[in-house]
Amino acid sequence: MLDQARAAWLENSGTLGNPSSLHASGRAARRVVEESRESIAADLGVRPSAVILTSGGTEADNLAVKGLFWKRRPEIVGTPVIIASPIEHHAVLDPVNWLVEHEGAEVAWLPVDSLGRVSAADVESAIAAASGRAALVTVMWANNEIGTVQPVHEIAAVCRAAGVPFHTDAVQALGALPLDLSGIDAVTITGHKIGGPFGVGALIAETNLGLVPVQHGGGQEREVRSGTLDAPGIAAFAVAVHYAVTQQSASAERLRQLRERMITGVAEAVPQAVLNGDPSDRLPGNAHFSFPGCEGDALLMLLDAAGVDVSTGSACSAGIPEPSHVLLAMGVDESTARGSLRFSLGRTSADADVDALLAALPGAVERASRAGSAVRR
Amino acid sequence: MRVVAAMSGGVDSSVAAARMIEAGHEVVGVHLALARKPESSRQGSRGCCTLDDARDARRVADMLGIPFYVWDFAERFADDVIEDFFAEYEAGRTPNPCLRCNERIKFAAVLDRAIALGFDAVATGHYARRVDGPHGAELHRAVDPAKDQSYVLGVLEQWQLERSLFPLGDDLKGDIRAEAERLGLLTAQKPDRHDICFIPDGNTAAFLARRLGELPGEIVDIDSGDVLGQHTGTYGFTIGQRRGLGLGNPGGDGEPRYVVDVDIDTRRVMVGTPERLDVIGIEAIKPTWANLPLTAEPVAVMAQVRAHATPVPAMAHFDGDRIRVELLQPIRGLANGQAVVLYEGDRVIGSGTVDRTHKKS
Repeated sequence: MLDQARAAWLENSGTLGNPSSLHASGRAARRVVEESRESIAADLGVRPSAVILTSGGTEADNLAVKGLFWKRRPEIVGTPVIIASPIEHHAVLDPVNWLVEHEGAEVAWLPVDSLGRVSAADVESAIAAASGRAALVTVMWANNEIGTVQPVHEIAAVCRAAGVPFHTDAVQALGALPLDLSGIDAVTITGHKIGGPFGVGALIAETNLGLVPVQHGGGQEREVRSGTLDAPGIAAFAVAVHYAVTQQSASAERLRQLRERMITGVAEAVPQAVLNGDPSDRLPGNAHFSFPGCEGDALLMLLDAAGVDVSTGSACSAGIPEPSHVLLAMGVDESTARGSLRFSLGRTSADADVDALLAALPGAVERASRAGSAVRR
Repeated sequence: MRVVAAMSGGVDSSVAAARMIEAGHEVVGVHLALARKPESSRQGSRGCCTLDDARDARRVADMLGIPFYVWDFAERFADDVIEDFFAEYEAGRTPNPCLRCNERIKFAAVLDRAIALGFDAVATGHYARRVDGPHGAELHRAVDPAKDQSYVLGVLEQWQLERSLFPLGDDLKGDIRAEAERLGLLTAQKPDRHDICFIPDGNTAAFLARRLGELPGEIVDIDSGDVLGQHTGTYGFTIGQRRGLGLGNPGGDGEPRYVVDVDIDTRRVMVGTPERLDVIGIEAIKPTWANLPLTAEPVAVMAQVRAHATPVPAMAHFDGDRIRVELLQPIRGLANGQAVVLYEGDRVIGSGTVDRTHKKS
């Protein structure tokens, strides 16, 4: 967590009450929440009323996808269609699939090219194919695994012209890319990706969007989201958002340089490594490689032992590494997908981290390919 | 040494991992995911490859302060153990899936991977002893006779044994639980498991029927040739089985009848009186043989044909491809596909899969 964000949390955690209470400490907490909301709104260029505070990105994604679906359902004749990219985070994919299984939704998965990008033209065709039944479109701002940046503004324009609400998960983009939210109906952000606290995030959506609540209770957030607000966490989140937005350009430049050094270094150290995603139009701190013939989880374990933290796609609830659904959607075969790793650089990453990776990688790849062939028959 | 501790999430493998750390090894905990979509938890005594088990294993690794990973062997397990289980029953044999798992997964696929990743050995919570002998590692019975698992490890070949560690073999189960308690491991009171892990309800016949379908046939008296009843699949029967035949008083003599033979071609289940079950000779294929140096002479052994069967005296002759076992005392009820493990005292000197039996009558 950022020092400034932690300081804000500490400052507010000692004294604040429940922001819903009417007494003095409640009012003080309410004031902190509202000032934080205004600060977030100012940093993102939206109205304070558009900031719906949540428990993080997953809740914001659920609220956007389900809330928009339920809002739109009575307005649509026939089966409502959700138009989504297949490379979304599980916080979007799973609500979409849930709506299909339990609420009679239909889904139209958008095509993804070999760089992991969705096109606005395909969104347009999908809306046309749904012939008036398109309930919402959801495409993430930038992919969390392979880093490719999506043409969200082009997609937003297509959606707006067709009168279909557009949601984007910008969890990865905030702080990494300049965020111009104009023309986008709903945007997910979260604290822990930007040096803020875990468990605080927001859905940015104007009041007139008419989201149907997912979680019911005290109606604390515009009657759209219920639950006692975590005032110290929100204060820290606002500080982190401010830092993310104001430092974005400098930090992106630093990360981009570090990342380019890493990409060049990996290519030299392991010539057979394949860079996934768009070579340049990607998240500044993201690099993603396939190592043919290697098992990603063996590589992860070996690099872990060398003090380098990397990620495979994702793990199921039992902790079994799964081949990345993002790579599979891009047309990568399953065995290559299993031999792929994401290398993320962040605020605390430095040249020494890249050096450590480059030193450990060749040996680890060699070992992991032996392990790969050992278990293959 | 660099050691992979295979951690199932049970008390035994928890203590085994702890002991490896105490012994000064560099230990990494590995939980084997053997099912692609594991159930979150399971009722009763069972507890293998559920989400709860994976979590327990992870928590024990946390408490022991060692790195922990889940290795996905679900596909290998499905191919090499579950498919093999079906194929064996389909062919009229009676497999032991735990033994198959040890042979093909735990001490093969896992061990191969561990070695390739730079580890020296795999440690498990099996109750057995590895003793260093003049010709290399030897497998011996555990000190606790009730828990001894040398039978299901009998299939290990020499190279596998050399890379395996069984830290629990010298102790009684009760002491292992007490040690887990002392170490504050959350698995200390976890119940033992007994059944086949991939058959969660314990109903093997129903599990086989779901896959193999109904294959109806006759139940025939081997002596009279009379058809005594019908069955819905030979895979529901194993030699020596008495229950579940549904024959009432089949011979009219008040004597029970046992399954004495299963003919998969005619789908006939042959039943007879218990004397028909007495086996006096075994031919076993897929042998392992650790009695070095090799000798052409038959070796006096104790032969064991089930995990907790009483071993019987026998003479074993290994000819390179097969082991012929002459039983000096008959074994009642032995099906093809079962493993025969041969002991000299406490030491396993050979094993094989029963391919033919010779009966007294």
